[in-house]
Amino acid sequence: MTASEAPAIGLTHGSSEDTGLGNRGPQSKSIVVPYGFWLFVLSDMVLFSALFASYASLARATAGGPGTLQLFDRTTVAVETIALLLSSFVCGLAMVAAKRRNLWWTEAWLVVTAILGLVFLFIELREFGHMISIGAGPQRSAFLSSFFTLVGCHGAHVTAGLMWIGTMMAQVWAKGFQPHITRRLLCLSIFWHALDIIWVAIFTIVYLIGTLP
Amino acid sequence: MTGFSRHFRHALAAAALLATAGCDRGILNPVGPVGSAEKMILINSTAIMLAIIIPTILATIGIAWWFRAGNARAKYRPEFEYSGAVELVIWSIPALTVILLGGIAWIGSHDLDPAKPLKSSVPPVRVDVVSLDWKWLFIYPDQGIATVNQLVVPAGAPVSFRLTSGTVWNIFFVPQMGTMIYTMPRMATRLNLQADKPGVYEGESAHFSGDGFPGMRFAVHAVPAQQFAAWAAAAHSGPALDAASFEQLQKPSSYVKPFTYGSADPRLFDYILAGRTLPPVSPKTTPPAQHVSPQPPAGHNDVR
Amino acid sequence: MFGRLTWNSVPWNQPIPLITSLVVLAAIVAVLVWITINKWWPYLWNEWITSTDHKRIGVMYIVLALVMLVRGFADALMMRAQQTIAVGASQGYLPPEHYDQIFSAHGTIMIFFMAMPFIIGLINFVVPLQLGVRDVAFPTMNNVSFWLTASGALLVNLSLFIGEFARTGWLAFPPLSEKQFSPGVGVDYYLVALQIAGVGTVLTAVNFVTTILKIRAPGMSYMRMPIFTWTALAASLLILAAFPVLTATYAELMLDRYLGFHFFTNDGGGNSMLYMNLIWVWGHPEVYILALPAFGIYSEIAATFSGKPLFGYRSMVFATLGICIISFMVWLHHFFTMGAGADVNAVFGIASMIIAVPTGVKIFNWMFTMYGGRVRFTTPMYYLIGFMITFVLGGLTGVLLAIPPVDFIVHNSLFLVAHFHNVIIGAVVFGVMAGYTYWFPKAFGFTLDERLGKIIFWCWFIGFYLAWFPEYALGFMGATRRLQHIADPSWQPYLDVAMVGAVVILAGIVLTVWQLIYSIRTRDRRLDLTGDPWDGRTLEWLTLSPPPHFNFAVLPDVHGEEAYWTRKQTALREERLIEEPRFEPIEMPVNTPTGVICAFFASLCGFAVIWYIWWLAILGLIGAFAVLVWYAWRDEHEHIIPAEEVARLERERRRIRSELLGDWKPVT
Repeated sequence: MTASEAPAIGLTHGSSEDTGLGNRGPQSKSIVVPYGFWLFVLSDMVLFSALFASYASLARATAGGPGTLQLFDRTTVAVETIALLLSSFVCGLAMVAAKRRNLWWTEAWLVVTAILGLVFLFIELREFGHMISIGAGPQRSAFLSSFFTLVGCHGAHVTAGLMWIGTMMAQVWAKGFQPHITRRLLCLSIFWHALDIIWVAIFTIVYLIGTLP
Repeated sequence: MTGFSRHFRHALAAAALLATAGCDRGILNPVGPVGSAEKMILINSTAIMLAIIIPTILATIGIAWWFRAGNARAKYRPEFEYSGAVELVIWSIPALTVILLGGIAWIGSHDLDPAKPLKSSVPPVRVDVVSLDWKWLFIYPDQGIATVNQLVVPAGAPVSFRLTSGTVWNIFFVPQMGTMIYTMPRMATRLNLQADKPGVYEGESAHFSGDGFPGMRFAVHAVPAQQFAAWAAAAHSGPALDAASFEQLQKPSSYVKPFTYGSADPRLFDYILAGRTLPPVSPKTTPPAQHVSPQPPAGHNDVR
Repeated sequence: MFGRLTWNSVPWNQPIPLITSLVVLAAIVAVLVWITINKWWPYLWNEWITSTDHKRIGVMYIVLALVMLVRGFADALMMRAQQTIAVGASQGYLPPEHYDQIFSAHGTIMIFFMAMPFIIGLINFVVPLQLGVRDVAFPTMNNVSFWLTASGALLVNLSLFIGEFARTGWLAFPPLSEKQFSPGVGVDYYLVALQIAGVGTVLTAVNFVTTILKIRAPGMSYMRMPIFTWTALAASLLILAAFPVLTATYAELMLDRYLGFHFFTNDGGGNSMLYMNLIWVWGHPEVYILALPAFGIYSEIAATFSGKPLFGYRSMVFATLGICIISFMVWLHHFFTMGAGADVNAVFGIASMIIAVPTGVKIFNWMFTMYGGRVRFTTPMYYLIGFMITFVLGGLTGVLLAIPPVDFIVHNSLFLVAHFHNVIIGAVVFGVMAGYTYWFPKAFGFTLDERLGKIIFWCWFIGFYLAWFPEYALGFMGATRRLQHIADPSWQPYLDVAMVGAVVILAGIVLTVWQLIYSIRTRDRRLDLTGDPWDGRTLEWLTLSPPPHFNFAVLPDVHGEEAYWTRKQTALREERLIEEPRFEPIEMPVNTPTGVICAFFASLCGFAVIWYIWWLAILGLIGAFAVLVWYAWRDEHEHIIPAEEVARLERERRRIRSELLGDWKPVT
């Protein structure tokens, strides 16, 4: 084999057989990219933890206004949660289809993921709208500011995730299952599942504990 | 000696005098038990650490110099990159120092907790402190008077402070009396200080609070106990601190000359703390004139 | 249409910012014209602005840092001058509303746009070379990170021309930074600029943690990584864990200011103490983000210029990681005087002292690195020794401040200000100057003038002591920080000495600029022909100076600690290089304009948010998103360097190295 026919050596090695401590040289992109993305997700979780800390500090600062017991409805939250958890499951199905390089099913499951995400967002926005209409908006008190920010930040991430799903659907359609596209799908699913994890923390700390008698 | 040499010596003496003059009024010249205790911890801790730092600095210079490349007498030991004994010593030295200083920190933090009342045979004088833009309001709830930018206390008696802010954060600080503490809106902090001997001591805000901040200096007059009582009694002839005069006082001003209110609404501190305004008084009370600074720093008025 | 931006937002009636703005504008225009006349735009665009090469990006970070050093130091000089003049009856030449902006800008710029970019720039340039690899894990994202940082710097400096800067100090504590007390655009400039730059910083951290943990030369296990790489890893982990807290905190303050939320307000249940806690949870790790890589630089320099391996390498690694973890447990020492109670204060005080232990251990390790060595007194070595002397004094004052009852009388005083300048200048500034001098030949192929380098060191060293030791004394005299006017005339001599110190440091900065110009002009006298001018011990010295785009023709096999040193000693002993490798084509990432265009839209969006120009803000956001989607659509991620080209460059390097095998001598 001449030098020009040899496989090009780039930043990372081509094969993905090495999952050890990196002593055998640079890891492949299929490991490096999701790893980096996980690190970003972890940093995002730190951001949420700061918002949780703020919420915990300010949860009782209702400034004479409504508090958790007056505002939260467990049924609504249950429906939201089911929608989001289901969307996570469906996202997993999309990844399975992508692994099998089945374009139709990948796109289909991604659409369902997005729809369930939209359901979640719709319910959440309706809740926010209702609260604002009864004078329990974020400007009412520190508790409400921190509630809207924490839950709203999660909702903003869900929105960004939906935009990302749309973009990925377009990319998969236009370009097929090339390696960089499937890596991005993997990152998207990591993101989407991470949002679930954050939501579990939110509904536990904010809604469940907040509505304890 | 020549004229020049004599002038030079005078200038040097003046400079030295000037240089050390400020040294008389700082934290190294405490006038009470709190400041004295803190100064002692400061000096002792510095001495303990210098005992390690100075040899370290000398060793750094010495080792670098001795093992310079040109020194043929220094033994080159390129394989000397680890020694358990050395590691043990160099971890121990800082660790032991920290254990010692940590003990001092623990004991000192508890002994000198600002909220802890001072031991004294004399009952404490209570002062409520409110930081405003950009001056200090001192209310004496037991005497029923208030002062601005001037604190009068009896020497030898503990002073028990309750502090809050009417605007943004500040820090109440009288260096020669010791401990400083934040003043924060909607929150009350507590402080206990004492001036053992009569004198005038400088006070300031130690937390930047806006354009008028440098003008927040105030004087602390520690006077003999009878003089304090006499001053408090005489002050009753001054203007009243009520809703109207307080509203005037709240307007931004800096470098405010000290003055005294003859009467102070006893609810004022708690109202400020709760963020509420005092109810207005009946028209019988004459609202006082506001002593505004004669020379405010340029441009401070357009902050709001 | 233009929000709250009006014609009067430009400081027409304030001579100092107006004249400064005009001068800077003229300088910028002159530079742009000069580039255009010389037809350098294609070169700059292709080789620098769109580069994904970590070496180029590193240099750009350092250029940004040096420019911001000049701006931040100008602020310092103005502050020193004001405090020297405004004593007693005089109000000086800076009214409070200006002085307050100047000290706020000074701190913000020095930390976020001088120290951080300098450290990140050095990490960018050096770490992939030390790891024996070709580039970082995410080269395009690296480019984006740089340009977002530059965008933040642009916005902060724009506040000089249009509007005003924050008047709250460099951390913008509420309630002063809330809308009620700071209604102008200043705090908004501060928040928006730092949010944008913060995104860049977090992305850098993701890049470097991934790179260091997943992309290393074959055989380089963790305990064979160079110590500077370890400290880069530690700093990156700290960034990942701390910066999101800053993002959240600033977001909360922005929500308070823009939408009337009540996180930190005086009313509505807001709690300004929450801000203190959050911001210092970020703030303390931040100083270690700066200091740990500086320690790493010193470790490399100590080993190289003593001709010995670093003493206690493992100890240093564990000390570094220990500092990382403890740095998250000390934040309350920034507000002992808030009245948290004796138990809380004492615990945090003790924790703050504990963190001094691993730091002290490092000092001794550097000492024992020199012990038994053959110490060469080059400029970087001067900085090391200067640091060891200066930093331990700063550490002493730091431990003093960690004792709550002592802090009760020196908190927020000039003693505190002297302490943190002591440790930052001693560790970080000396460190980056040392690193700059040490790695300069690797980046550009020639060393900086050594004599000027030493003079610059002495300017910094002497200037530091003159400028800051009077401030320690003033702190004892009760002087607090951020004073636009000094009431006590007996402080004048101290302030005068401090001014002299500032001028001496100014000489150092001016000479730094001159040293660069002069060294470029006379570079033929100090060419680094071998790529190893200092007789180095780590892999970056294996390459020629400057290294080829791909760094290494073949990733080096690492067989022990000090990969390059062992390889070099073997070659010298056997009088031959290792066998010529089989040359293969190399894939390198392509250039990309993603970063600069994204930053352009980010700047636009940021400016719009600051001035309430909502249509422009939305446009900016859409633009930034569109750029990312457009980037995501490309199919060509890499270009191939043919094997013949790799072979040519590598054979040239081997030829030069072979010629030296008889008479190897480092340049001193």
